[in-house]
Amino acid sequence: MTREHQLALYRSMKLIREFEERCLEMAIAGEIVGGMHPYIGQEAVAVGVCSNLTERDFITSTHRGHGHVLAKGAESRRLLAELLGTLEGFNKGRGGSMHAADMRLGILGANGIVGAGGAIAAGAAWTAKARGNSEVVVSFFGDGAMSQGVLLEAFNLAAIWSLPVLFVCENNMYATSLRCDSGLAGNAARRAEGFGMVARTVDGMDVESVAGVAGELIERCRDGAGPAFLECLTYRFFGHHSVLEQLGVEFRDPDEVATWRKRDPIVSLGERLGDDAVAEIDAAVKNEIDEAVEFAKNAASPEPKDALMYLYSGTAAVRPGVVL
Amino acid sequence: MSELPSPPPDLGYTHALNRALHAEMAADDDVFLLGEDVRVGASGVTSGLMPKFGPERVLDTPLSEQGFTSFGTGAAMAGKRPVIEFQISSLIYLVFEQIVNQAHKFSLMTGGQIQVPVTYLVSGSGSRFGWAGQHSDNPYSLLAHAGIKTVVPGRPADAYGLLRSAIRDPDPVAMFAPSSLLGSTDVPDSGEEEIVPLGEANVLREGGDLTIVAVGQHVGTALEVAESLSDRVDLEVVDPRTVYPFDWDCLRKSVNKTGRLVVIDDSNRMCGLGAEIIATAAEEFDLLAPPKRVCRPDGTVIPYALALDKELVPGPEQLTKSISAALNL
Ligand SMILES: Cc1ncc(C[n+]2csc(CCOP(=O)(O)OP(=O)(O)O)c2C)c(N)n1
Repeated sequence: MTREHQLALYRSMKLIREFEERCLEMAIAGEIVGGMHPYIGQEAVAVGVCSNLTERDFITSTHRGHGHVLAKGAESRRLLAELLGTLEGFNKGRGGSMHAADMRLGILGANGIVGAGGAIAAGAAWTAKARGNSEVVVSFFGDGAMSQGVLLEAFNLAAIWSLPVLFVCENNMYATSLRCDSGLAGNAARRAEGFGMVARTVDGMDVESVAGVAGELIERCRDGAGPAFLECLTYRFFGHHSVLEQLGVEFRDPDEVATWRKRDPIVSLGERLGDDAVAEIDAAVKNEIDEAVEFAKNAASPEPKDALMYLYSGTAAVRPGVVL
Repeated sequence: MSELPSPPPDLGYTHALNRALHAEMAADDDVFLLGEDVRVGASGVTSGLMPKFGPERVLDTPLSEQGFTSFGTGAAMAGKRPVIEFQISSLIYLVFEQIVNQAHKFSLMTGGQIQVPVTYLVSGSGSRFGWAGQHSDNPYSLLAHAGIKTVVPGRPADAYGLLRSAIRDPDPVAMFAPSSLLGSTDVPDSGEEEIVPLGEANVLREGGDLTIVAVGQHVGTALEVAESLSDRVDLEVVDPRTVYPFDWDCLRKSVNKTGRLVVIDDSNRMCGLGAEIIATAAEEFDLLAPPKRVCRPDGTVIPYALALDKELVPGPEQLTKSISAALNL
């Protein structure tokens, strides 16, 4: 991998980290009203995978989606503006943390329902294939989603129709508080193989490994070899959701958290890049996020009377719920 | 359209749906059909599409409703216009999440960045007489409640015209085709090619004494009853055609003229479509007498034995009684 490529990966991971650390503060302070599911610790997955995608490729994201959306190229200031519920947000303040997505970048929704994105990804991949295009679709989900029936249905559809989808399971070992070994029978990648998919497992704390293996699998998809499955072994450094963080609810062994924190993907790539390069990127990223905060805090809020705007494409008249 | 191999032309309503699919698929290459056994046209509704449009546009899916419903959402988001046929009306319960919580919500949640133009074609909805508990429901009120654009055509011409509108609409639209009409030869397909806009009711019979709102197969019931009582009362019959969004203006005009209202609708009573129509009439219209509704009992589960099935599904006798009560006949 070229140094330039490594620098780009580092920058992208650092941007997500800085963005999320700032958001976590704002969520705990109540400025991000619904709170957030922090992605901190898992950055190597989104960045490694998305480094192989173009703007024309699609992704489906999850409740823990800020990392995927930023790695796909979304502007941090507009993402933050969305989290603050403003008109400058991608979704004009109608989506918030769990739905924030820039459709122009092929982000087919960050999704609040676990496992919901896989079948949407399969449909988009079918469309791309039917049009004779070379776009691929990446569907991100957690280890918890592996127990949702609809995701397994999506594996089947993608496999029988040989669709260009890469299913990326971010195995951070927990679904809220449920440990993966108590929630998932067998093994995620072996399950995927049962659908006839090529499946690989990588160290999700090493962005270069993720980028490399995801790159191979995405090329296969582009070449028409059908869907593939990538399991990334990773960890979230913070709790499941900022509310739990606020309440101080922690269900993981502190030693386990500390051990994984030593494997911070940003620190380890930074060490390979050297202090000067890192310091320069860090400063630029901090600057970008400062500006994003400024931008988002100054953005206008939507009008209450427009609360149901965009529900229907046309003029379908919605009657008021309270008749005065 | 005479080259269509099947279904037989005397199956009016089925034939009309089939013609609409042929017409929309011919008009727009992005329209495609998916569902279980659609290639062979097991329901009759999708007959002849496979030979005409090929396997790229007529997809037999595996038995995975949740998967293929959201597959439709993804395909639509990427630029296609899927029509999904459901073999059984109760399968809608399986895909409530995929329709109500996914497809329907993307437009608002994304601040208008994306639309999801999928059509859910629920052919064979309602009692099939003898198909028992899990094959006899009529869940259109649930989708209307959730805000899904929902149509229940009562006549072949409307089935044709509304299906074409549904496919062209930028939002998700569900069409419930009543089972008792699908197999019926009573009203032949007229061959009409008129496109019926969503959200417009139709006054099928004018009258000054009482308004009957009739949905789906009960449009026919209401017209018959109105005719049979015509020597005593002058009944107006309104077919909403689209149950959501509902054409309140049309109904307001009718009820403000007649002052009396009976609704016949094959939903369950509690929170069913009839409840909403009557509540709105009570709140907003000029009524001379309490309105009545003819519908299934609360939370109905249709039993197998034919006499029990028929007991629970509304029919002409109940409608006649309700009209008599509302008019003090
Ligand atoms: C279908 C569904 N069930 C439950 C929830 C509540 N919930 C939100 S996130 C979550 C855990 C998801 O775990 P996983 O898929 O491993 O992703 P992670 O949170 O670890 O990133 C749960 C149970 C939900 N949103 N959707």
